[in-house]
Amino acid sequence: MPDVAIIGAGTTRFMRRSLETGKELSYEAAKMALDSAGLTLKDIQAVCMGTAPDAFDGLHMKGEYLLDGAGGFGKPYMRGYVGGGTGVFAPIQGWYHVASGLFDICLVVCEEKMSSCQPHPQGAFLTIFDHTTERPLGPNLLWIFALEMNRYMTTYGIQKKDIALVSVKNKKNAMDNPIAQLPMEITVDDVLKSEVLAWPVQRLDVSPTSDGAAAIVLASEKVARKLTNKPVWIQGVGWSLDTSYWTDKDLCYPRYVEKAARMAYGMAGVKEPKKEINVVEPYDPFDYKELHHLEGLLLCDKGDAPRITADGVTQRNGNMPACPSGGLLGCGNPIAASGLMKISEIFYQLRGEAGKRQVPGKPLRGLAQAWGDLMQVGTVVVMGVDKPRAKGKKAR
Amino acid sequence: MTKSNSHKVGIIGVGYTPSTPLSPSRSYKEMVFDAAVRAYCDAGIEFSEIQSFVSCSEDFLEGTSIFDEYTPDQLGAALKPVHTISADGIFGVAAAYMQILTGRFDIIAVEAHSKASNIVDIEEIDSLALDPIYNRPLGLNPHFILGLEMARFCHETKTSPEDCARVVVKNRRNALDHPFAPFASNLSIKDVARSPVISEPLRELDVARHSDGACVVVLSSASAAKKMKKYPVWITGVGWSSDAPSLETREWGRPLYAELAGAMAFKMAGMKNPRKAIDFLEIDDTASYKELQHLEALGMCRRGEAKTLLRRGETQRDGSMPVNPSGGSLGLGHLLEATGLYRVAEACEQLRGFAGRRQVKGAKSGLVMSWRGIPATSGAVAVLEI
Amino acid sequence: MELKGKPLTDEEFRKGKVITVPWNPKAMYEWDTGTAMGRYLDGMKQGKIIGVQCHKCRRIMVPPRDFCELCFRNVDEYTEIKDTGSVNTFSICNVSWDMKRISSPLIPAVIELDGASEGMGIMHLLGEVDPKSVTRGMKVKAVWKPAQEREGAITDIRYFKPL
Repeated sequence: MPDVAIIGAGTTRFMRRSLETGKELSYEAAKMALDSAGLTLKDIQAVCMGTAPDAFDGLHMKGEYLLDGAGGFGKPYMRGYVGGGTGVFAPIQGWYHVASGLFDICLVVCEEKMSSCQPHPQGAFLTIFDHTTERPLGPNLLWIFALEMNRYMTTYGIQKKDIALVSVKNKKNAMDNPIAQLPMEITVDDVLKSEVLAWPVQRLDVSPTSDGAAAIVLASEKVARKLTNKPVWIQGVGWSLDTSYWTDKDLCYPRYVEKAARMAYGMAGVKEPKKEINVVEPYDPFDYKELHHLEGLLLCDKGDAPRITADGVTQRNGNMPACPSGGLLGCGNPIAASGLMKISEIFYQLRGEAGKRQVPGKPLRGLAQAWGDLMQVGTVVVMGVDKPRAKGKKAR
Repeated sequence: MTKSNSHKVGIIGVGYTPSTPLSPSRSYKEMVFDAAVRAYCDAGIEFSEIQSFVSCSEDFLEGTSIFDEYTPDQLGAALKPVHTISADGIFGVAAAYMQILTGRFDIIAVEAHSKASNIVDIEEIDSLALDPIYNRPLGLNPHFILGLEMARFCHETKTSPEDCARVVVKNRRNALDHPFAPFASNLSIKDVARSPVISEPLRELDVARHSDGACVVVLSSASAAKKMKKYPVWITGVGWSSDAPSLETREWGRPLYAELAGAMAFKMAGMKNPRKAIDFLEIDDTASYKELQHLEALGMCRRGEAKTLLRRGETQRDGSMPVNPSGGSLGLGHLLEATGLYRVAEACEQLRGFAGRRQVKGAKSGLVMSWRGIPATSGAVAVLEI
Repeated sequence: MELKGKPLTDEEFRKGKVITVPWNPKAMYEWDTGTAMGRYLDGMKQGKIIGVQCHKCRRIMVPPRDFCELCFRNVDEYTEIKDTGSVNTFSICNVSWDMKRISSPLIPAVIELDGASEGMGIMHLLGEVDPKSVTRGMKVKAVWKPAQEREGAITDIRYFKPL
């Protein structure tokens, strides 16, 4: 089963509202990725599309609509979907396209155009709740994040000011990211003084809704080596979907992220993630989520993420740089595209091509993670400059 | 793709609930659970042995966004690798097939279901699939696409509306031998010709009516099947493809997606002469003319020949090329994204010799094919052999 | 690398500087409640909260389900759960479902119900309580609509209030 590498990537600007249609956004990202890999659409043998709820665009079978923009015309084209986890799942789907031996070159495109939804994209999230037991209560998406954030804080005695550090870090990191929607230098105080939307969630804790697209090109080893001397190998993948009964579990810990991480680490032969992962892009739609996910990814102990953040460990020049891209908090959150943006960031970091965002010390192995659904999905990809070790474990 | 993959992945279990126009006593979760229990039992496995799950659905068909949230529990898949694809069941089989070939998974379950009855006005949902700038504002009933396509296909291949009606008659009669086909009936060509016009030349009886149901299929690697002493139905080839998404750039007479998907699957299966090699077909007939259009596009006969085979009775169950011996969607009902998966299950029954009165004698290889429905130009094919 | 994507301002959009095509989707559904939810809603109408028990894992679960998702088998019995419980977590929300400011905050919470297994909760609202005094672990009780107003819906419980 061939090893799979990422050989090219491209991301559009992330914008509150773009002039481009969804098809055009997909095209721009796909073209950038192809150009960066030195390929044309003719070379692509299969296309994987990731895009989150159709409700934003008011388009049923949105994947079908986007397929020409994504380069899927006349090709095997498939759209995978795991809610917010889609951005990191799409490359996993691309991985199994190539690792199966069926295809040598696969294009993965993720797109989101949330701005179509009027009057506010947030309203579309009403429909993710259970139609019988939850929707009649008129929930806002913020509710589940607020409920989870509160549970996390009260379980470990974490204060808002500890969490706000993540927002400060990521929005500042985003100032070095040309695609970013909301780069800014803020202070913890700014976060604490921002409008309370659904306590404990405040405006500056949340990443903005966004339009944008990202794409990568995956290739099997024999093709990758011909096309580039800097392939970034997919060493391990993992994904896990927890029960839909989210009110029946303890929200203080994302066990599904741990499950996904263990699957990816097992495949990658990573035994001590804290030591072996050099740079990480955890999913940060809200600032506390970065902390939550760092713990779920076993990159720090439970309840300890706020401390390592305060200690500067997750800064770009720290021991475990997290969201050097600026994350969703800084760049914006066009759902599926943001996950793939994180994958691209690790790609650039491992190649030493992240410019001003580059973490020092020549990172050898990195990880991108996304989260989704009602506190259910963890998707993880471990990437490295070295090929995966031969005997990774089978999924269990 | 070399032939060496052709006996690496197979189907070891199928389970499905009866297709029925209404299903109030079982919610979608309960219906899928019922199908999963049957499938796992058929496969002789515990749910805990399944390593990955693929579910097939579209948000707007369920009335819930991020529908994949609600997929794991009824499959016994909580905290496991589960993902949804926004496509039909045969695409799901292809996704599972690839996962097994990576060598990382041995047993994977694929699920698809239809709760069409829960959608108050399905044509409103179909409209939402139309291009919002170029097509939707015209305010047409989306079946106009079928009408346009049928007219063009009939014109290019000199197929008549009567030929298309003949498909309806054949399939709904075939369905009389199916234990639960809700639209089994003994119709005449005149009945079809007299039914109301939807979008000339498409008539009401040319279109499959919607139905509810759930289907689960369990795939296994050859090595795991051998260890479990199971004899799988081999998936010797899969193919899937999409062509022009917009109405303005598509070839109305030719389903390019079917040509490409078929070619990919036959190449994988090492079949140079599918017409000879395939013993029966279960292909999309969600509209009558589609069966003929797809038969030709798959290369099972020459362009324009499908009607001839039909007229001669060759596509009857006892003919030289049985097409939709199950009764197809016209007989079983349009099961939304579960359509293709039900046909996969049906094909497995045929190949195992369990198809009862629907049995195609001596069936050793079958082809299943699905199309995603208006306005999509995406389809998937699987070649199954015993 | 050249940046792709042309941002539009809110003004350009609202003042019609770009052409847009509006559409109001009519997506309506009538979901079959099926066996388990059917009984839950029936219970609601009667002013009761119904749960189920799986004898294998011994969990008493709410909301009820026809099959235990951990053991993958049909549940063994339906049972009545108390309408009191404790707050597992809560929030104080100042915006409606579509992001409009609301004058009095909503207090969504996950309430672990008495009689169900530990950690089994449902999402609902809190009421008749000062938002500032809500705490994790607080004991609450359901406030039901009067019988003749109940429809067999989760909203037959108006909210939970402190005990």
